[in-house]
Amino acid sequence: MSTSFLLTTVLVLPLLSAVASFTTDRQPALMRWLVFPLLGLSGLAAVWLGGQTLLQSTTETLIYSPGLPWLHWHFRLDPLAGFFLALIGIVTTAVSLFGPGYVREFEHGKQPLSVLGFFTGLFVTGMLMVVVAADAFSFMVAWELMSLTSYFLVVYQHQNAANRRAGFLYLLMAEVGALSIMLSFGVLAGFGDGFSFEAMRAAPLSLTWASIAFALGVFGFGMKAGLVPLHAWLPEAHPVAPSHVSALMSGVMLKVAVYGFIRLSFDLIGDVHWAWGVALLIIASITALFGVLYALMQHDLKRLLAYHSVENIGIIFIGLGLSMIFYGTGYPLLGTLGLVAALYHTLNHALFKSLLFLGAGAVLQRSHERDLERMGGLLKRMPWTGLFFLIGCISISALPPFNGFVSEWLTFQTALQVPNLSSGVLRAVIPIAAATLALTGALAAACFVKVYGIAFLGQARTRRVRRSSEASRGMVLAQALLAVLCLLFGIFPTAVVNALNHVTQSLTGQTLSTATAHGWLWLTPVSADAASYSAPLVFVGMLLALLAWALVFYVLRPAGRAQTRRGDTWDCGFGPLSPRMQYTSTAFTMPIRQIFAPAWRIHEEQEREMQPGLPLEPAQIRYQVHAEDITWKWFYLPIVQLLHATTRRVSRIQTGNLRHYLAYSFVTLLLLLWLIT
Amino acid sequence: MNDWLLALIEMALFVALAPLFSAWVKRVKCWLQNRRAPSLLQPYRDLRRLFAKQVVLSHNASPVFRATPYIIAGATLLAAAVVPFISVNLPTAAIADVIVLAGFFALARFFQALAGMDVGTAFGGMGSSREMTISALAEPAMLMAVFTLAMVAHSTNLSTVIDYLLAQGLVLRPSLLFALLSLLLVGIAETGRIPVDNPATHLELTMIHEAMILEYSGRHLALIEWAVQLKLLIYGVLIVNIFFPWGIATHNSLHALAVAAGVVFFKLMVLGVLLAVGETVLAKMRLFRVPAFLVLALTLALIGLLSHIILEVG
Repeated sequence: MSTSFLLTTVLVLPLLSAVASFTTDRQPALMRWLVFPLLGLSGLAAVWLGGQTLLQSTTETLIYSPGLPWLHWHFRLDPLAGFFLALIGIVTTAVSLFGPGYVREFEHGKQPLSVLGFFTGLFVTGMLMVVVAADAFSFMVAWELMSLTSYFLVVYQHQNAANRRAGFLYLLMAEVGALSIMLSFGVLAGFGDGFSFEAMRAAPLSLTWASIAFALGVFGFGMKAGLVPLHAWLPEAHPVAPSHVSALMSGVMLKVAVYGFIRLSFDLIGDVHWAWGVALLIIASITALFGVLYALMQHDLKRLLAYHSVENIGIIFIGLGLSMIFYGTGYPLLGTLGLVAALYHTLNHALFKSLLFLGAGAVLQRSHERDLERMGGLLKRMPWTGLFFLIGCISISALPPFNGFVSEWLTFQTALQVPNLSSGVLRAVIPIAAATLALTGALAAACFVKVYGIAFLGQARTRRVRRSSEASRGMVLAQALLAVLCLLFGIFPTAVVNALNHVTQSLTGQTLSTATAHGWLWLTPVSADAASYSAPLVFVGMLLALLAWALVFYVLRPAGRAQTRRGDTWDCGFGPLSPRMQYTSTAFTMPIRQIFAPAWRIHEEQEREMQPGLPLEPAQIRYQVHAEDITWKWFYLPIVQLLHATTRRVSRIQTGNLRHYLAYSFVTLLLLLWLIT
Repeated sequence: MNDWLLALIEMALFVALAPLFSAWVKRVKCWLQNRRAPSLLQPYRDLRRLFAKQVVLSHNASPVFRATPYIIAGATLLAAAVVPFISVNLPTAAIADVIVLAGFFALARFFQALAGMDVGTAFGGMGSSREMTISALAEPAMLMAVFTLAMVAHSTNLSTVIDYLLAQGLVLRPSLLFALLSLLLVGIAETGRIPVDNPATHLELTMIHEAMILEYSGRHLALIEWAVQLKLLIYGVLIVNIFFPWGIATHNSLHALAVAAGVVFFKLMVLGVLLAVGETVLAKMRLFRVPAFLVLALTLALIGLLSHIILEVG
């Protein structure tokens, strides 16, 4: 099959899925039999096309001319685009397995299903188109398609005020970001004399203009990706969207922003400057730490996951920042290492974050709960979802032998190469970033112990949770797919690094050939002496170690007695334990709240109802903690105030008098005429 | 093949000697506190007794609770496999470097904390919450300390690091001194010793580790206890073999190995005495003093790293 045919298929299938969803108003069952299968096919096609492009390392440019005669649409498939196509494809496939079971909840809801299906299809089309676009026009069109359709998905359940508010914030920030990206492209197009990426790549840029383009790009793409302090829309918008859309937004759309950033800085601008890397590294470290600290304080499961996306975007950008520093100071091999680490983490985050959002969706559907404080004991009620959610938790906490660990390991290895650098400042900054990364990883583990321990272990805290049951087969299958991939990409990192070598080869002309020089068993990023990690052997070793302990038990076990007995939990002799005696999510993070207190604006609420006649004996106590995002106070509110003040000044010229407006028009015309002549 | 066999024997030695090291620390502590010490074989007897006992599981216990002891013991065993104990030429050391070692401990801790919350008692949650808080600060400190070593030796591979330090001879590096201090503090926190946690108490206000394993019994408890002893020994071996590597076998002759075993034994005995003295003269800290202790460890490690980068490179 020719590439152009395949690409057309990849882009048209989700469009078909979008159009097909209009049939579901009459026949809701078609959602299951037509809309989602089409979406799944598009996902598979994207994986196929992307994988092929990536593994065969081909580059192909295609030109379509659907619209204006002098404005063709350029599409280009190269390994970078292929990698992101495959990534979008994997998650889309999983989501289309998950969707049919999940949207049954909406069948009798207030909104028509067709709206959901239509915008989901368009959303996927937009994302797929962004990564293959090869000129600024088609890129921006695809980008806007992605942003606008996801806005409609966020406000899908618009009867809730929170959704409308989140949607507005999202739309506003998405458009500000898009404006900044457009300006960045404008700088490149102005010097390169053309809007195609080809022309932009050839643009001769002075350092100042390149820095301006880069800064605009960081702002624009960073706003979409969720770099602090531009992340504010993310924890608002991701949780309120339907869960399979949250998975797409958090798992994939943020990655599309990462794609845009990589395309802009490593491909279009090309010569990265080390100072950009330092700036990015500082922002990224703050983002990572900020994200995990706020995630810890959340008890809404989806909101917590959204903050973890902020954290992981931080980790990805730490890799990118390190990469830029090393490329900029003349260590292309180490720069490639950083880039590979960042791309690897991009893939991993797409997998485990989608997995976790799908798991959260399954829990939400079966128990109608998003609040951790009301969950508990879900593992016994939803064993499969519980198992796969656990795998997601282990992966995101960067524990061996799962995938999250490999990419963090690679990032650490990049950071450890600082002694090569000659600048003392750089040598001092990077270890501090590495320390931040280590702290972030450890806090993430604490956070996911909290999530899993509170939600899935222990006893159910409410009746709805106690009565919940396992999700439908498709929903479980979708999670299984992602969980297995999490494990596979953790155990066979050399295969992934080999594939990523094609990306770096086409982007910067460098590969990380040393990393896989010792065969598929050994991952040796710099040299075998400096560091090595054999994930397959670790996995086998883990199984052997379990076997060894089983053997120890077999030798030492007592003869002829029942090995295990069930009994009551020890209650200190005070009578039966109730689910309310368990540690809560708020209680779990209390020590951390005390240690890192300045990081949040904590609002504590306490209500006491006293027993009548006993003024010191409370009958009921309600306690609530809410951690407010400090960026609101220190970043957003000042901007809003400035905006208000400015508009108030500007509004003075709006007198409401017709003659004045005519005068304005006249002066403007004169000015323009003067400018032209 | 010989190398792999040796690695296997070293690992077995690690596992077999772990209870003995704990017993030694306890014995010295008893001497210092004017108490009669139990036999050095007492931990072995305890383990044997626990293995022979019936397991009583709570009605609430889920599969996570039952799998956890095996995962903890397995991850700790793997950690033991990659730390050079007697011989520096350890083929297993290439499988996992020092960051992966920290990862193994983190994996064990993750499951330990989950198991603490599984039964749904306040004690378990309390222990898990405290453990994860402490480790959130201890883990970065540990990583920073080992990064200092890694940068000095240009490798995160433990065998290579020790090789490099041996080849260097006796050079006083300020960075290594800071790293040693930091790693000592982290080791105390991570293995739950005084002044961070008290392994000998069940007093609810102070306990961390014991609170998490309160519901365990029989073979499950035996595995967890053994893993705790193993972890203590691993930290001990890490400290003595990295910062005082002299005597470790650099080639695999029987003579060299025997000498190395003797030397490591001696070094560990000294470390055990130091630990016991520390535990005797210090009192357990209040829980919210612990962060200050760990931030000190982190700061020391960062100073070590920076002093290496600024003073020693170039």
